Amino acid sequence: MYAVEVDNLRKEFFRRDATRSGLRRKRKRVPALEGVSFAIERGECVAILGQNGSGKSTLVRLLSTLLLNDGGSARIFGHDVFAEQRVVQRLVNRVSVEASFFKKMSSEENLAYAARFYGMAPKETKDEIIRILQRVGFPTDRRHEGMEHLSRGMQQKVALARALLTSPVVLLLDEPTTGLDPRSKLEVQDFIREIRTTHDATILLCTHDLHEAEILSDRVGILDRGRLVALAPVTELKEAYDADTLEEAFFAATGRAFEEEDEDAERGVFA
Amino acid sequence: MSTIPGPMVFRGSLRHEAITFAGVVERNWYLIKRYFWWELAFFVWSLANTLTIVFIAKGIKAAGGQIDVNRATTTLLIGAVIWSYLGIVFEFMTETVAWERWEGTIEYTFMAPLRRSVHLFGVGVFAVVYGVFRSAVLFTVVAFFFGLHMPDANFIAAIAVLTVASASFIGVGTMTSVLPLISPEKGAQLGFVAQGTLLVISGVYYPVSVLPQWMQWLSTISPATYALRGIRRALLGGASLAGVWQDIWPLLIIGTVAMPLGLWVFGRGEVYAKKHGKLKRSG
Repeated sequence: MYAVEVDNLRKEFFRRDATRSGLRRKRKRVPALEGVSFAIERGECVAILGQNGSGKSTLVRLLSTLLLNDGGSARIFGHDVFAEQRVVQRLVNRVSVEASFFKKMSSEENLAYAARFYGMAPKETKDEIIRILQRVGFPTDRRHEGMEHLSRGMQQKVALARALLTSPVVLLLDEPTTGLDPRSKLEVQDFIREIRTTHDATILLCTHDLHEAEILSDRVGILDRGRLVALAPVTELKEAYDADTLEEAFFAATGRAFEEEDEDAERGVFA
Repeated sequence: MSTIPGPMVFRGSLRHEAITFAGVVERNWYLIKRYFWWELAFFVWSLANTLTIVFIAKGIKAAGGQIDVNRATTTLLIGAVIWSYLGIVFEFMTETVAWERWEGTIEYTFMAPLRRSVHLFGVGVFAVVYGVFRSAVLFTVVAFFFGLHMPDANFIAAIAVLTVASASFIGVGTMTSVLPLISPEKGAQLGFVAQGTLLVISGVYYPVSVLPQWMQWLSTISPATYALRGIRRALLGGASLAGVWQDIWPLLIIGTVAMPLGLWVFGRGEVYAKKHGKLKRSG
């Protein structure tokens, strides 16, 4: 059984157009994912590379049960993501580019209530929160401070702690190091490596950091305008596209340089 | 090595539901603590608003009107306090989504294995407990300020009416809380429209009988109508539990319909939000 199994997954959004038809504004169909298929083995780390608007966040949000599909299927350890949402929710957790906390509440308070939502009682979390904050390199003497007083790097460490506190078997990382300073970025990347060795977690890492994808993952997928155009270990990708670097492989696979903005990046606005 | 749980592990786990319910209450308690000064400011605003309304009774007397000032003052005070209470319950319910969207936590809450009924009921119960506490303080402060006498008041009957009415308020609040879910830009404002409509039709400051006939018909489906009438009966007329039964039974019916209907409406709204990508933070 695969940890994650996605088959011909489709999702589209509708954007209101400036033009009107009678009293109603016209709506434009914006495809976000078009027939994406892949599978991830238990314990594997797969990175999905793509520009802004390529559909990375839509994929993560679909697997997190935050979106409903328009076609195809997705399974987490055999459970249908869209039909068995509560079971899937217990198996999955997520770290996104925004840390997303109640800013006035402390890290300890944010972690405590989040853990309750996963059925963890106060006696289970009392010591566990301190232990997990230590593990992510968060200074535990600051656990009573409001999140608004913490740096972006610190907040992202708390976000990692929140995801791990609930012992997910599938971890969805949606650009977890974007916007972090170099030191915080390295710390978060080190921690992701540690999770793989100690936590028996399957990881789907969506990123637009080529280096991060290369050093952290077993296989790299290239998502372009909602289509998964390649998925293979980095060495095989380079061989397949006769490229010396992952950036060159990306260019060969998509026909565009990695830094280029997707001209239809409005997908990202909806996704 | 962790095992992969199947559906049976979570099905029917009362302990899990109790803990998640406690988590919702716990989170709201943290927020009240952390936003204490905001809460204090809102309380002072409610107090000033209530005093302004209650002074109307003295104003009518001063302008030459013939009224029983003590009775009119108490009538207005009950209206203002119940309105304030309803506002707290609706505010908490509506902000179930709106506040989370603003803070950016909405995605984490809605991807957690938290049964929506437990989630919304947890918010509702906290709102009711906090609302009763704040309204009781408001009532006491204003009653002392005006030196009100309520020698016949039956507080037990009044609390019974408020308790039964609260189930309906949670149900109606759940229906309005779906608005920010399906319309991130306009939803919270539409919640105020629903709240304002209840204010007009429920006889908060005047008897329902002064309303046009079509509004009187609408008032019969508003739980606030029966809550206000029953509480006034208990506090002004000293009605016993049996005396307020005529207001309690309609509240029981409205509550029985409103709670499941509210959950159903919210469930439909959640499906719509997941279909159209609206379950996400603002900005």
